[in-house]
Amino acid sequence: MFKILALLSIFAVSVFAAGDANFEATQRELNIPAIIMFFIFVGATLGITYWAAKKTKSASDFYTAGGGISGFQNGMAIAGDYMSAASFLGISGLVYLSGYDGLIYAVGFLVGWPVILFLLAERLRNLGKFTFTDIAAFRLGQKEIRTLAAFGSLAVVTLYLIAQMVGSGKLIQVLFGLEYEYAVLLVGVMMIIYVTFGGMLATTWVQIIKAVLLLSGVSFMGFMVLSHFGFSFEALATKAVESHEKGQAIMAPGGFISDPISAISLGLALMLGTAGLPHVLMRFFTVGNAKEARKSVVYATGFIGYFYLVIAVIGLGAIVFLNSDAGAQYFVDGKLFGGNNMAAIHLSHIVGGNIFLGFISAVAFATILAVVAGLTLAGASAISHDLYASVINPNATEEQEIRVSKIAVIVIGIVGVVLGIAFEQQNIAFMVGLAFAIAASANFPILFLSIYWRKLTTRGAFIGGIVGLATAVILVVIGPIVWVQILGNEEALFPYKHPALFSVTAAFIAIWFFSITDKSQRAKDEEKAFEAQNIRAQTGFGAAGAVDH
Amino acid sequence: MNDELVAKIKANPNYQNLVKKRSSFALKLAIFVLVIFYAFILTIAFEPAVLAMKTGEGVMTIAFPIAAAIIIVSFFTTLIYVKRANGEFEDLIEKVRKDVKDEL
Repeated sequence: MFKILALLSIFAVSVFAAGDANFEATQRELNIPAIIMFFIFVGATLGITYWAAKKTKSASDFYTAGGGISGFQNGMAIAGDYMSAASFLGISGLVYLSGYDGLIYAVGFLVGWPVILFLLAERLRNLGKFTFTDIAAFRLGQKEIRTLAAFGSLAVVTLYLIAQMVGSGKLIQVLFGLEYEYAVLLVGVMMIIYVTFGGMLATTWVQIIKAVLLLSGVSFMGFMVLSHFGFSFEALATKAVESHEKGQAIMAPGGFISDPISAISLGLALMLGTAGLPHVLMRFFTVGNAKEARKSVVYATGFIGYFYLVIAVIGLGAIVFLNSDAGAQYFVDGKLFGGNNMAAIHLSHIVGGNIFLGFISAVAFATILAVVAGLTLAGASAISHDLYASVINPNATEEQEIRVSKIAVIVIGIVGVVLGIAFEQQNIAFMVGLAFAIAASANFPILFLSIYWRKLTTRGAFIGGIVGLATAVILVVIGPIVWVQILGNEEALFPYKHPALFSVTAAFIAIWFFSITDKSQRAKDEEKAFEAQNIRAQTGFGAAGAVDH
Repeated sequence: MNDELVAKIKANPNYQNLVKKRSSFALKLAIFVLVIFYAFILTIAFEPAVLAMKTGEGVMTIAFPIAAAIIIVSFFTTLIYVKRANGEFEDLIEKVRKDVKDEL
């Protein structure tokens, strides 16, 4: 196994080196410190993958690292899944571009956490085994619900994956001077190696390492920015207002979220979407028990909250430093080199020089690798555990199931690379928004009602889930972004960018209606089974406990 | 879990106590966080000018401390919940487990 691993990494390295000849095209010097940092990171994580590969034997090891991750480690890993490139580069870029509006996203992303903890986390931990579909299908028809939930998961994972792939391609293009296609391929290869060989254990540790590096990196950056202003946020803000063309407007919500319906809809998508993200939900099963699951949420909320507070400083810092004389070198034809998402990267060069730029570049890349690995594992589990082992071949042995997962990882990896290249010109924020909308409309209502509503039936969940998924997708397609900006029509059929308010409501109503009108015997049995499910969700009796090897 | 055991656990006073206390506690905290968050979102939606109010003579507005406060409050409510859940509620679960351990 290690031989293949070594071969693949040589392949990855040679692809990487092949890009050197093309750095001219991007008008950037070769970023040597970044490349050194990058190789150190890749070397370390491949080492971890090798270690994890030796420990990963059962399906439980593969999907949940055997449930042996501690609350603190898991909190770090959840934070890692959360502090994706979209969060780090995207939100700091938004603050750089329009000031306070960027923070609305940060607040929305974070506030989902306490609510998930109070209402869902421990019940998920108590009911589930490997995936969130386990919970939805606990007392309902396995076939229908697992198929539906698996497709919900795959839709979210694929969209999110494309967004990360496109983001990584662009980032590497700018950072390392590597061509876009090679960059995407490199990410795909690395991710396949981590997940197929190391499973959840390797994925988790890659995530933890990256979270530590990222938190240290942004802390240093925030510290350096504030040190120029005598550690006064007020002084930093004053200078930012002076430097930004919008002036005082950057200190309050502005044009970014233009109408009330959009604001409410976005708020809903951010909060409920979080609760429906399959790769994040999976993390509740990597810990031994509900107690550790709860602890991990506290750590995660702490790390993510701190991260977003620092991001505000970094965004304002970028406004000040990039609009100064020293910042002029980062502009090409009046535009920030690499786009607004690169604001934090350029700022790292100003405050910390080449070495620190290298560090932050490597961390940004590591961030994408780690998140992509988590996503792929969630997608592969949906295929192997929810579709293959539960629907297609219920008599599958554990070996067969793991084999299917690994094949699924490779397929998802290839699909990710192909779509990443095909969608090169797509707006990343839009993809992420759509992924959140689907998670909020198709996954969350079923998950929530299966835990809280005794009258939920398979028919209700199945039809309602499809209604939520379809409504979200259709409203996005006929909305301003796809209908006008991509398809080039004059006016959108549906006026709002964010469909969650409508699609989530449609899903809940459909689930409710088709459940209460279901008079079948199966519906009666499902209602009767609620009590036993509820006791297990409340107490954890009968749930899969910690596995010590 | 058979019907008999389900009925037995359901009738267990410690179990009832656990469900009642935890549900109301979790619900109160969730509503608290949701009210804060939606007050924030609705202010952005309908009265963004409110958040542009200044805190003093300088450029500082109340929008920044409010965003920071929501983030900090989110953290502390999770902390408060977990303290109680991992202490009091876990103890209750242990008691229920003792009562029914022969049948589990």
